[in-house]
Amino acid sequence: MNFGFTEEQDLLRAELRKFLDQNASLEQVRKQVESPEGFSRPLWTRMAELGWVGLTIPETYGGVGMDFVTLVVVLEETGRTLFPSPLVSTVLAAKAIEKLGSAEQRQRWLPGLADGSRIGTLAVLEASDRLDPEGIELRGQPQGDGFVLTGEKRFVSDAGKADLFVVAFRTGDGAEDVGLAVVERDTSGVSADDQPSMDLTKRVGRLLLDGAAVDAGAILGEPGVAWPTLAWLLDVGAALVAAEMVGAGEGALRITTDFAKERVQFDALIGRFQGVKHPLAEMYVDIESYKSLVYYAAWALDQDSDDAPLAVSRAKAYASEALPRIGIDGVQLHGGVGYTWEYDIQLYLKRSKWARPAFGDADYHYERLAALGGL
Amino acid sequence: MDFEFTPEEEAFRGEVHKFLDENLPAEGGRDPASVAKWNKLVREKRWVGFSWPVEVGGGGGDIMQQVVLKEEMARRKAPPLGSCFMGLAWVGPAIIEYGTEEQKQKFIPDILDGKYQWCTGYSEPDSGSDLASLKCKAVRDGDHYVVNGQKIWTSIAMWSKWMILLVRTSANPDDKHDGITCLLVEMDSDGLEVRPIKNMAGGAMFAEVFFNDLRVPVENRLGDEGQGWRVTISALAHERSGIAEIHGLLRSLEAITELARTCRKNGKPAVEDPGIRRRLVKAGTRIEAMRLNGMRFLTKQLKGEKVGPETSINKLHRAALEIELGELALEIQGSAAPLMKGAADVPDDGRWQTFALSWPEVVIGGGTPNIQKNIIAERILGLPKD
Repeated sequence: MNFGFTEEQDLLRAELRKFLDQNASLEQVRKQVESPEGFSRPLWTRMAELGWVGLTIPETYGGVGMDFVTLVVVLEETGRTLFPSPLVSTVLAAKAIEKLGSAEQRQRWLPGLADGSRIGTLAVLEASDRLDPEGIELRGQPQGDGFVLTGEKRFVSDAGKADLFVVAFRTGDGAEDVGLAVVERDTSGVSADDQPSMDLTKRVGRLLLDGAAVDAGAILGEPGVAWPTLAWLLDVGAALVAAEMVGAGEGALRITTDFAKERVQFDALIGRFQGVKHPLAEMYVDIESYKSLVYYAAWALDQDSDDAPLAVSRAKAYASEALPRIGIDGVQLHGGVGYTWEYDIQLYLKRSKWARPAFGDADYHYERLAALGGL
Repeated sequence: MDFEFTPEEEAFRGEVHKFLDENLPAEGGRDPASVAKWNKLVREKRWVGFSWPVEVGGGGGDIMQQVVLKEEMARRKAPPLGSCFMGLAWVGPAIIEYGTEEQKQKFIPDILDGKYQWCTGYSEPDSGSDLASLKCKAVRDGDHYVVNGQKIWTSIAMWSKWMILLVRTSANPDDKHDGITCLLVEMDSDGLEVRPIKNMAGGAMFAEVFFNDLRVPVENRLGDEGQGWRVTISALAHERSGIAEIHGLLRSLEAITELARTCRKNGKPAVEDPGIRRRLVKAGTRIEAMRLNGMRFLTKQLKGEKVGPETSINKLHRAALEIELGELALEIQGSAAPLMKGAADVPDDGRWQTFALSWPEVVIGGGTPNIQKNIIAERILGLPKD
């Protein structure tokens, strides 16, 4: 029985902290998001060299071959400082290729994703904003040994900088007739860009496909049977976003607690007042609790355990309710300065707005839990 | 990360299973005789006081064995291991740690055998959350302490033979904690009066206890004079996963879910109401978070680290759940909610009405949520003391 991390994982966390302390203070993060791509290429490359980008990609394809629990360590740390990077997007694209792709397809794409030279992302949602198979309406018209894709994908993470998109498309009229194709950015008929968004550390955009042709070599697995894998990828996505939410919650709690230890009103540090103490204690209770749920969800995904979907939904539901509250309370406890652009707490509030709907909000996951639990 | 048990732990689980298969009294047929037989059997197995050292008659069970035993007992809804609740929970551990040889021999076997009940005289009318401000006074007079004052919220005082009592032996204001001494008091002594208090559910589980020149022999002092505050905090290695209370909450949630299937709201089963569904799964999620938090505390303990103020996390969850589950059970019943036991139209013979009026026992009894939040804020987040 050990619901904790290995020494190796603790060491990884220490390395991450050191790296992020040097390169990703909130002041530095603010500068990094000002670039057109919204992140620092040199730091991304450095992270890839350190093995963090390819952490969960198999060693045969240039990765490190670690599990999701280990990746959670990385994401907690990057979440803490709101470090902008396409790590989650790239991991998900790589997992799609690893799970459904042939040896040839893996060889073609995974090494480039592992070494940071190429960025990947998942393109699933459409105008209906649904996470179920019915939400995938973009239809592939058969052509030769492949398909021609026309339609629009929305809310695509890192759309502006992704080199390859793992696109979910409809292959037939059956409820789960869903396929996954790897669409390269430079394919004719493909355009993608970021849209203005609230959380500057998370870029989200659109992918437009206008007669984009993908041959058989770009289709992952048999066309039309990708739904179970895609459902699994959406669970992985929810768990990874929730892991970043653990770090973000801790970051928000930390700066608000520090503020309460400095700010004096009524001749006392405001941290002495129970009206300030208690909401901070509640934040701590929530963060520690969804942290436990996230760790277990990652472990359940690694073990391919039957209760993985339940575990993921519990983690993401709890985190999606708690982090927005933490952001709002954090701003409120800062008083007037919390409302300013200058103070950092607002950055966490905005992160919560990005993270809440990503891979399903609390409404979605609680209802899924009810259905899975036979209610 | 791994959630595996060692072969030795699994073997112990097998032993527990076998014992339960052979000896667990049927749930419906738990008359006093079958419970007495159960108590005798588990006592012989040394599963009463399982975490206590073997030398004093305990089971010497290590932390993981304690978890396995509690988990299996809870899963099979077995009766409690031993019947002297407070004796097993904290009086016994305090005596094992601070008691004299004579005290150990006098009290520990009786606690393990469940011969009689112990009650706990800590809270006073003016010392609740701020327990260390207690005033009940004891003055040394030769071989005795003479006690004057009052205790309140003393659970099961009217059915107990002995009480563990905290008294003030030093009036020096600098000795807020160090002026407190622990005495073991026989309830049928002269100068001690018990007055039951009727609670809002209509029952009387706790009482006021008055002391009027009560004489307590010095040999019944537990620990040194002035050591009383420390005596109440046991350092014995109890497992801290909270596994038993989590199973209790899960059992309540299952029963309430069943209630939601049978009660109708707006012409449909209540379980189809979106608000009710949401609250049911939300409670389940919170319980699962408690279970996993408990696993993290347990992991810390197994690594030899101290588990301290973070246990307030689960105390806060438990408090919120005790209230929420009661409210949920009532709201599922719609207009039947304000009925009570005996009413023709009340589901489950009014069980949930009593449940919804009983949360203060846990929520206030174990240290109020506001106190738990202070503990987290001051001892974990490092905010200044009030």
